[in-house]
Amino acid sequence: MAAAMRLVNKKIFTPGMGQHYLAFTTAAQVYSAGIKASQALPETVKIVEVGPRDGLQNEKVVVPTEAKINLINMLSESGLTVIEATSFVSPKWVPQMGDQVEVMKGIKKKPGVSYPVLTPNLRGFQAAVKAGASEVAIFGAASELFSKKNINCSVEESLQRFDEVMKAAKEAAVPVRGYVSCVVGCPYEGKVAPEKVAHVAKRLYSMGCYEISLGDTIGVGTPGSMTEMLEAVSREVPVSALAVHCHDTYGQALANILVALQMGISVVDSSVAGLGGCPYAQGASGNVATEDVVYMLHGLGIKTATCITTRRDGQVTKMSCRAQRRT
Amino acid sequence: MGSIPTTVKHCLSYEQLFEDYPWLRRWLQEEKEIVPTGVKIQLIDMLSATGLSVVEATSFVSSKWVPQMADHTQVLQGIQRAPLTQYPVLTPNMQGFQDAVAAGATEVAVFGSASETFSRQNINCSIDESMLRFQEVINAAKERQIPVRGYVSCALGCPHEGRIEPSKVAEVAKRLYEMGCYEISLGDTIGVGTPGSMFKMLQMVKKDVPIDALAVHCHDTYGQALPNILTALQMGVSVVDSAVAGLGGCPYAPGSTGNVSTEDVLYMLHGMGIQTNVDLNKVIEAGDFICNALGRRTNSKVGQAKSGTL
Repeated sequence: MAAAMRLVNKKIFTPGMGQHYLAFTTAAQVYSAGIKASQALPETVKIVEVGPRDGLQNEKVVVPTEAKINLINMLSESGLTVIEATSFVSPKWVPQMGDQVEVMKGIKKKPGVSYPVLTPNLRGFQAAVKAGASEVAIFGAASELFSKKNINCSVEESLQRFDEVMKAAKEAAVPVRGYVSCVVGCPYEGKVAPEKVAHVAKRLYSMGCYEISLGDTIGVGTPGSMTEMLEAVSREVPVSALAVHCHDTYGQALANILVALQMGISVVDSSVAGLGGCPYAQGASGNVATEDVVYMLHGLGIKTATCITTRRDGQVTKMSCRAQRRT
Repeated sequence: MGSIPTTVKHCLSYEQLFEDYPWLRRWLQEEKEIVPTGVKIQLIDMLSATGLSVVEATSFVSSKWVPQMADHTQVLQGIQRAPLTQYPVLTPNMQGFQDAVAAGATEVAVFGSASETFSRQNINCSIDESMLRFQEVINAAKERQIPVRGYVSCALGCPHEGRIEPSKVAEVAKRLYEMGCYEISLGDTIGVGTPGSMFKMLQMVKKDVPIDALAVHCHDTYGQALPNILTALQMGVSVVDSAVAGLGGCPYAPGSTGNVSTEDVLYMLHGMGIQTNVDLNKVIEAGDFICNALGRRTNSKVGQAKSGTL
């Protein structure tokens, strides 16, 4: 998506000056950013807290079970309504999530809060339900290479695998959230076509996922590529069923979330304290921090259920909601 | 002369994409050591080679107050000026202005505040008094046909007063503009702004100052810099201040980040299809150079990702 840019040499000073400016034409101003700044934003945004799962899964240290349970319990008290608790993939592949059953059974489930868990296949689903899960999540990729490298099958094969999970979940009346990874870029393929993302999102939605979280897995997205991708996806899936899962690897997450909000999206995934680095770039950051997202949302006058923040000593705590909310 | 302008202590960066000396702030806030003149010169030369059209070179405060700035003349005279690049310098008063001109400066900058308390605490005078001081500088600059850039600090919040009314920001911006500043850079000094407050502030300011004479100078203390810049772009602002490697912390929140990093801003602009004529890879190299010289890690997420190789 290229803006119609003009490079204007403004000779309003002495000839020796010659300032070079970047200038937007009016059309570019609207088109390149996609939406004007005054676009109506959602009144409320649901935060999906992925720290305990996506965050901890991508940290080098394996966190003790008790610490994970404490974290989830603290998050439950912060007002968050969705906290991704753990993952039922085989511990052989993801040792950080090896204590999945203990975590699920050990947390204090707060009424009104959902604790979805990742279930890559039917076996994982069955184990999750047995451990007390009442919401699950499945993952598709918008990139063929990424799918092959990570779960050793094509995108189509993975969707067929999830068919079993969807059927079982329907029977058990367990809602299923769908994730699409690599929605704007893939560590192997590079740029990902928006149409491919739309195709996978549509499949997951048609299969019965109540919500589709669109993940910028390696954080390469910008407001430009984000807008392009969301335009394509929202033609196939209702905006009210879409969420964004932005990584901050290149510092773009909040800007990307802002354009998503401007396009009507009202569900945002984030990770407390920005837990979870990037497995593809050592030392780089990964998940966007919940605190930073909430700060932005509250500054925009958008209500969230949480007033989460992190004190200097690293403790997660609730802030005065009055100080944060705007009317 | 009064006390050292706080403008020297922080927010001394602007870009268009302007570039700043991150080490300026670093010294004054965190570092005791003085970065060698040769390193400063090399950094500026590297930045000149990236395609940046404006690189803020140094500051002409009295070396009696800020010994780290003692080499401002050597720096200005030592750099290899790229033909299409400007090298503005801070001039807090007439003395500084005269020294800057003697050293060969061809563009200068003055700093106002939208907060009375901030102005009094930092430069020991009211906003009105500071404007009189700046008028002197601007008049002298006009005579020599030297353009003057105006900064307004605390545009989205003040460490002492808290919330700042957009109308106050507009008033100060308008005064600087009418006094003769060609451009006004609106600074979120403590990085508390969000797209919400940025929008409200710019809506007010652009009633009094043409949008193409406005710039934004966002701090990333609360991680809000890029969405704030995006909001400004959406409202028609086309000049953005930033600092290579995002160096320069926040004097009001030790350990926090300060300036937004040039690399992250460029990444966003290029991703949106906006042409800047700046080579991002060369900026990253300049960032690597100065971070090695300072012995610290870059604050730029792009810089961190690139060094991890993605």
